[in-house]
Amino acid sequence: MIKDIIKGIFKDKFATIAFIVLIFLYLCLLFADVIAPYTKDFSDRNLSYVPPSPIFTIDENGKISKPYTYNYKREYDKDLMQTVFKLDRSHKYYLKFLARGEEYDFLGIIPMNRHIVTVDENGRLYLLGGDINGRDVFSRLLFGGRISMTIGFLALLVLFPIGLLYGGISGYFGGMTDILMMRFAEAVMSIPSFYLLIILAAILPANMTSTQRLILIVLILALIGWAGFARVVRGMVLSIKNSEFVQSAKMIGSSDLRIIIKEILPQTTSYVIVAMTLSVPGYILSESGLSFLGLGIQQPDASWGNMLKEAQEYTNILYRPWLLTPGFLIFVAVLSFNLIGDTIRDVLDPKSKVR
Amino acid sequence: MQIIFYIFKRILQAIPLLVLVSLISFFIIRLSPVDPLAELKLNPSISQETLQAEKVRMGLDKPLAIQYLLWAKGFLKGDLGVTTTGEKVAVKLMERIPNTLLLTLIVIFMTWICGLPLGILAAINWKTTLDRFLTVLTSIGMAIPSFFFAILMLIFAVKTSWFPVGGLTSYNFNEMGFFHQIWDVTRHLILPVTVLFTISLAGLQRQMRANMLDVLDSDYVKFARAKGLSETQVIFKHALRNAVNPMITLLGFEFSGLLSGAALTEYVFQYPGLGRLILEAVMKSDINLVMASLMIGATMLVIGNLIADILLILTDPRIRAKA
Repeated sequence: MIKDIIKGIFKDKFATIAFIVLIFLYLCLLFADVIAPYTKDFSDRNLSYVPPSPIFTIDENGKISKPYTYNYKREYDKDLMQTVFKLDRSHKYYLKFLARGEEYDFLGIIPMNRHIVTVDENGRLYLLGGDINGRDVFSRLLFGGRISMTIGFLALLVLFPIGLLYGGISGYFGGMTDILMMRFAEAVMSIPSFYLLIILAAILPANMTSTQRLILIVLILALIGWAGFARVVRGMVLSIKNSEFVQSAKMIGSSDLRIIIKEILPQTTSYVIVAMTLSVPGYILSESGLSFLGLGIQQPDASWGNMLKEAQEYTNILYRPWLLTPGFLIFVAVLSFNLIGDTIRDVLDPKSKVR
Repeated sequence: MQIIFYIFKRILQAIPLLVLVSLISFFIIRLSPVDPLAELKLNPSISQETLQAEKVRMGLDKPLAIQYLLWAKGFLKGDLGVTTTGEKVAVKLMERIPNTLLLTLIVIFMTWICGLPLGILAAINWKTTLDRFLTVLTSIGMAIPSFFFAILMLIFAVKTSWFPVGGLTSYNFNEMGFFHQIWDVTRHLILPVTVLFTISLAGLQRQMRANMLDVLDSDYVKFARAKGLSETQVIFKHALRNAVNPMITLLGFEFSGLLSGAALTEYVFQYPGLGRLILEAVMKSDINLVMASLMIGATMLVIGNLIADILLILTDPRIRAKA
């Protein structure tokens, strides 16, 4: 089946591109520590909202030189009555490749200090400018992506076993159990999902470590999605439960739970795979929306949603467009997931022609 | 007569659903570590008597089950308590619901007007350049986070200053003439409507296209073609009527999706709607307001589903026969 899926992806031009983009994105996120010039929390208070560092390859004499950059100097412009950043052309900082920089633990265990690209200690290489605290937006994009791009999968890992079991039990036993369980699921579905999401996120206590918070956000995202999924699984179980192999499993005395898990649920695999790939982008969007409102991932941790929180101010979106980059990444990621999800559905469910 | 009976039955079925919703919301909120009166206590303009009255009305000294019953009794009487700023929740909701309904209904209307034809168009021209082009467009529409799109529109509005930014009316709304007022509201609505429209249009167009393709593949359409009907007749008289039915079922869910999507859009545009109200309520942990907006949101959704069911009876004779 996996072979078919991969074949299907490479047959479609868009899906191939999407696949490559996603692989590239995840590789970047995996090696974020090496790629990012700075660590997630590195901040230079003098460089609040600094514009992106320009990189020069032709020096003032018009000759090609090694790439270098200048630092920004903060000045107060009396006419404009605001702080402006000017390039300080007194000192060139040459870009150094694979050189020593900020210390970090690669993949959380191996202590390292090499970065793909960096500058001397006194230079600042902010490829996509700085945020309000003078932190490097480019570096934070990479670290934030780790959370934004995995949280959907984590939520699915929680949600799918629950949905499968709930739908399985409800469909298999039928009768009163079925009615009660389905009414409950419908009630959960009747609350507009985003309302439920923000309320659950808002009642989280404020004094939590970032890991605890992440786990709870994952649980909340899972809580929103299970009901709709369980309902579809129940429908499928209803149509499977009278087939002969289930009858024979009953005959040889298998327990009900064993029949549900070992006999019935495996039959729903292809639907589950399709539903999973198609729902990942939804969770990426939910997380970013939640963090955008300040209810999801909290500072100093980064996620694409909470980085966009700064775009809530007019001055930021008008004069500091680099703060909008997380939005474009969310867009690219979701688009890619959608394209791949559509292809996988075409492969596993040839009857549907949504694409 | 039968139809009226059926509608009546559906309304009766909605009641236990809403009770369950209220139970779930109530316990989520009450079991949280948030003190329902914390905000009220901090507000110096709230008198001690109001605080005491509120405490008694919500029965905070009583067990949880009793508290729920008291809340339900109040809800049925239309007494939803006061917000943390001391206003009546019911009044506040009444202010906001029409705004959200206005926004949502305009968006639903527009998506249907544009989405159905575009879906049909794509299905008829299956796998041609036009179809591919529309698919790419809808993929893009589905991938933009609503709040990010809203921000981009804001930039557009500020840079061109063609559209007013934020709110639903200008500051001098009350002094305007009637037609001027309508024009003013329209101008304020354009941006939020564009955002929500683009996002929900994508989903609707895809669904319609899929339904239409399914129907066009069926035997009776082949038969209609075989007996020499013109393509227009085949599509509009035979195929369309069956392809539209599943869309009507989706109407209720679309409503819910819009309520959710609208919350973020309303927040970015500072639009005075239900979504922004609940967001503000949640951030201020204004329990009464949150509880009431949850119930209203759920009720609107249930009503949306109900309307979808009724429309389905009108369009689909098979369901009419069953009912």
